Amino acid sequence: MEGFYSAVSLVVVVPLIGMLINLFFGKKLGEKGAGFIAVSASAFAFVVALILWATLVDQHYEPAIVNAPLIHSWISIPSAGIDIPWQFRVDTLSVTMMLVVTGVGTLIHIYATGYMHGDERFPRFFVYLNLFLVFMLILVTGNNLLVMFVGWEGVGLCSFLLIGFWFDKPGKHPTEGTVGWANSNAARKAFIVNRIGDFGLLMGIFLTFWTFGTLDYYKPHEVIHLEHDEAPPPVFAVEGAEGEHAGEEAAHVESGSEIHGIFTQAELWFEEGNHKVTFGSIDLDFDAVITLITLFFLLGATGKSAQIPLFVWLPDAMAGPTPVSALIHAATMVTAGIYMMVRSNSFFYNSDLTSFVVTIIGISTALAAGFMALGQWDIKKVLAYSTVSQLGFMVAAVGLGAYAAAMFHLVTHAFFKALLFLGSGSVIHAMEHGHHHAHEHGHDEHGDEHDEHAEHETHEEHETHTHHDDHEFDPQDMRNMGGLRHKMGLTYLTYLVGGLALAGIFPFAGFWSKDEIIADAFTVGFDEGELKGYLAIAVLLAAAAMTAFYTWRQICLVFFGKPRTAAAEHAPESSALMTTPLAILAIGTFLIGFIINAPKGFPLFGWLFGEHRFTLFLEESVIHAHAGSFNWFMAILATGIALAMIGIADSIYRKPMPIPMEKDPLETGQYQPLFALSNAKLYWDEAYFKYIVYPFQGAARFLANTIDWDFWHNFFHDRIIGQGFQGAADVISQPIDRQVVDKGFMSLATGVLAAGSRLRKTQTGYVRTYALSLMMGALLVIVIILLPTLRDLLGI
Amino acid sequence: MFSTPTFDELNIWAALPMMALAFGTCILLVADLFIPKDKKVYTAVLAGIGLGVSLLIALLQASGVEIGDKSTAFEGIFVVDQFTHVVNVISLMAGIIGIMVSYDYLERTGTERGEFYTLILFSTLGAMLMGSSRNLVMIFIALELLSIPLYILSGFRRPMLESEESAMKYFLLGAFSSGFLVYGIALIYGATGSFELVNVWQTAVDILEGEGAGQFTLLIGIAMVLIALGFKVGAVPFHMWQPDVYQGAPTPVTAFMSVTAKTGGFAAMLRVLVTGLAVVSASQGKAIDVWQDSVQVIAVLTLILGNFVAITQTDLKRMLAYSSIAHGGYILIAIAAGGTFGVGDSSAQAALVYLMAYTFTNIGAFAVVIALERNERNTITLNDTKGLAQHSPLLAAAMTIFMLSLTGVPLTAGFIGKFFVFKAALEANLEVLAVIGVLGSVVSAYYYLRIIVNMYMIEGDAHPVADKQPLALRSALWLTAMGTLILGILPYIMTDLARDVTLAIVGR
Repeated sequence: MEGFYSAVSLVVVVPLIGMLINLFFGKKLGEKGAGFIAVSASAFAFVVALILWATLVDQHYEPAIVNAPLIHSWISIPSAGIDIPWQFRVDTLSVTMMLVVTGVGTLIHIYATGYMHGDERFPRFFVYLNLFLVFMLILVTGNNLLVMFVGWEGVGLCSFLLIGFWFDKPGKHPTEGTVGWANSNAARKAFIVNRIGDFGLLMGIFLTFWTFGTLDYYKPHEVIHLEHDEAPPPVFAVEGAEGEHAGEEAAHVESGSEIHGIFTQAELWFEEGNHKVTFGSIDLDFDAVITLITLFFLLGATGKSAQIPLFVWLPDAMAGPTPVSALIHAATMVTAGIYMMVRSNSFFYNSDLTSFVVTIIGISTALAAGFMALGQWDIKKVLAYSTVSQLGFMVAAVGLGAYAAAMFHLVTHAFFKALLFLGSGSVIHAMEHGHHHAHEHGHDEHGDEHDEHAEHETHEEHETHTHHDDHEFDPQDMRNMGGLRHKMGLTYLTYLVGGLALAGIFPFAGFWSKDEIIADAFTVGFDEGELKGYLAIAVLLAAAAMTAFYTWRQICLVFFGKPRTAAAEHAPESSALMTTPLAILAIGTFLIGFIINAPKGFPLFGWLFGEHRFTLFLEESVIHAHAGSFNWFMAILATGIALAMIGIADSIYRKPMPIPMEKDPLETGQYQPLFALSNAKLYWDEAYFKYIVYPFQGAARFLANTIDWDFWHNFFHDRIIGQGFQGAADVISQPIDRQVVDKGFMSLATGVLAAGSRLRKTQTGYVRTYALSLMMGALLVIVIILLPTLRDLLGI
Repeated sequence: MFSTPTFDELNIWAALPMMALAFGTCILLVADLFIPKDKKVYTAVLAGIGLGVSLLIALLQASGVEIGDKSTAFEGIFVVDQFTHVVNVISLMAGIIGIMVSYDYLERTGTERGEFYTLILFSTLGAMLMGSSRNLVMIFIALELLSIPLYILSGFRRPMLESEESAMKYFLLGAFSSGFLVYGIALIYGATGSFELVNVWQTAVDILEGEGAGQFTLLIGIAMVLIALGFKVGAVPFHMWQPDVYQGAPTPVTAFMSVTAKTGGFAAMLRVLVTGLAVVSASQGKAIDVWQDSVQVIAVLTLILGNFVAITQTDLKRMLAYSSIAHGGYILIAIAAGGTFGVGDSSAQAALVYLMAYTFTNIGAFAVVIALERNERNTITLNDTKGLAQHSPLLAAAMTIFMLSLTGVPLTAGFIGKFFVFKAALEANLEVLAVIGVLGSVVSAYYYLRIIVNMYMIEGDAHPVADKQPLALRSALWLTAMGTLILGILPYIMTDLARDVTLAIVGR
């Protein structure tokens, strides 16, 4: 089965082919054809990922490195000693990512064929979607940082293209002109904010290259089971054969130590201690360099995975079509930062400072974003902030050294957040249809003066906090919903599953993974006595409480109660193309937590499905991954808090809301300031504008207007140089130029012309002249060749 | 007295690309007799197949497939190494594209004779043999095999006077330079007692380290060989034939000749100078400068004259002729670098990469001229390119690619070639030469970009040239344009081929 490893190229190539077909023939293929091509490309990639997984299992999780066809030596400058091959790495970590990306990706592709139905740029949407898959898979399959960076930038590009997909959407936007303009602004914001993160990642990559002389994670035939002191204790008996295998290979690494990949080399240098890295005249401790590298990596991760301070782009990114939000901005791309940090766990594990910073960033993001989600009206905004918050959980897990828990939460989150986003898409879709329906049939009870122009097949989506007296009907505003439980049964059920998973209720997926992170925090805090552990427990529990609250608030506002608008009254259930993926994801969300990673010591489930299987799987490629212990106390505490918050939210939002609904129940009472703070997102964007963007623009304006234009151009160039030159030129031109130079040049020109015509005369066309010139040339060469010898002979 | 070598000793299989082409050409010569005059397309196709088969074998060999078990054939006269393979690939590509651009032209000008293709094939074979000979006599024979068909081809558009005149000039001057070659070979033989380059190299060390009469003989012999090969590649001051011949010869012949003659000439030059005469002092471990200075002087002259005179040309073909002289100058830079101890191999690699890039680009540029000539008079002036982008956007785009590549703009093959040439020069500590080379390409930008300006930015009164070209010409344009781009973007296609080229005997 070993040969199947090379199929990994297909995982990238097939979506690429799908993309190309739709790019060139998409229009001709039409909606059905283009959708079919895109979905099959994605599904095929999923099948390949499955094959790779089976191969890994068959090969005892032996990782493989596969050379990319054609572009293997894409950057290779032998003379400069630079060789960065394009290799794929198949190991348990990359296969996990592949399965998530292609599996969830395929479902979302199917959903999107329903959701985007009727869009004028339907094929282009799928071109972008497939292109996204290509880059995302490049990101996770690459065997070195630069290949990963190609994917990293590529998914950023696709994200940009897809956020701004409806860049020409008509309709008024309260603050930014038209909706289309707001959409493209959101796209730009995402791109620019990500550049900051990319800068960090690039710096990290440069430093890595300087330090190690290579960017490869691991070299071929290198094994990652290094024997070192901090190796996780073999709590879980590994089969004998495998254990021997690992030992044998560790010996192999030690004996045949030539060039290692960066991670093995880092481990070796850490073990060896006092390795120095030279930067010009400065020698730095290897530990310090790694801290620097990981901090840069962290900056990259805060951009792509939307953490403080760079998370501000993700909520705006909801301007994109909902399948995009589900695929890119919830399930896959935003987890790239997590993947990158888990991939380089050898670096992060060994840097205490960075780990601490990572934890702080993670938990503060989890808390802040959780708080912001409490006061949002837009159904997708709530989910967006929730995503930021959940990513914070994962980042915190990385900081706590719980790499397996981070990856586990990544996988479960991909399921339930994709489910929630797709569910919200289904709701939005239904609201739009309901709105049209109500409008067409004159059921318009509110007498809204709807803008006719905004009413065609494209979806109305714009970020807005407008109130009902606005001209636009906002199908994403939860105040307009209510009572959808009876209209869209399947969507409601699946949404409920997703919501409970998000809130961390047993036995849904979120429970297991969130609990594992919190339990790990407990271990780090109480067992190892580290500050970050205590902080993490407190903050993450608070964030989890908020999660439960806003989740239930959302479910109440959307599905319970009575319909609050005509649109909600007439909302139909979405088509099977959209609900089928919902159902599949819901089943996955229900099962995946305990099936793949039931914790040790948990009654029944562990016995039924095997304990910590996912962690064991991951340990084969993530050196510092370890299984957390199940902590009854924390589990019950967390679940209790979540249930309590659900209860509180239920008591507030379950009662009938006023029609039309304008204010949140919390907005009237004593909590009004808090709600306002949350609704305004802690004034985070405003602060950025006030303290960074505006000063920056001011400085730019100053440089442009005052320095460049007033001083440099007007004063220095025009006045000093220009006028001075003019004056000098007047002097020079009249007496000097006319009299002396002109005449001189005229005679020179005559000379050149004469020479030219003489030169041209050499090209006479007569063979004899040519032969003569050949002779002269021959003489010249002979003289030059003989010159040294003649000199020797004559003794000059 | 003579023992006949056995088939096995000859190791014919190692020379399979050449043997295949030689047999194919002979068969074609006969077959053509049976092909009626209005069906000459079959001859063209057959010739293409012959070249294609040979190219296939050469590519296999170049990518490491061993055919025949020894590194030499015909008792050492003939070497089979990576250099041979790469030269084969270049020559055969040039031959194939040459035929593609020819067919329609011949049909249109009524010079559709079957011998044309046979001659192209023979000439290609000559170029291939020049790259694979390690024996001075063999080099001479190969040179004649390359040149004589070219003389005939230049005059192929009989009874057009310009064509005949160019053939005559080319032949006379060519014969003159052949004389130099024979004389030089004789002198080298006289001094060293051998035609074999390896032996020449060994003996030359002794001769040049000691004092003696052999020294003058050897040095003058080297000079003579250098002159003869310099003539073949059109280096200044032996370039005089080139503008006249390029202008007068049928355009497809010019296209073919501008590449093949250079490939053969430079291949032989590299073999002789870098393998045979890179005379390395055994005791001091460094090269005794024998020919580096002269090649440098020639290179500088070539660069300056080629580039500057090209500016003043108004005839497109003639401009390309001077441009082609200038490009010879860049390759001469690489060869000059080979005179420094330890740089021999990278100089050969640089020259080959440059030739590969140049092959696609230059034939492509001439193919555009051929396309333009379809509707124009025989001579295409620079004014005829004005406004081309409007009525023939594709043709203009292709021409733009070629011009950018000839200038050496990144993302085109030309850039990669120049990069390696200058790199070799810097490795050899010939900074001045590299600087002159760079300045030369700056100057060249003037006349190359002028064409782009003409095509895109100046309203033309030109007669519309349909973008619709005949199939063969169209494919040749696509092939060369795409080749120029792809080799520029994925340069490792070329560098991988050239990487294993080794010529220098010591000092790697």
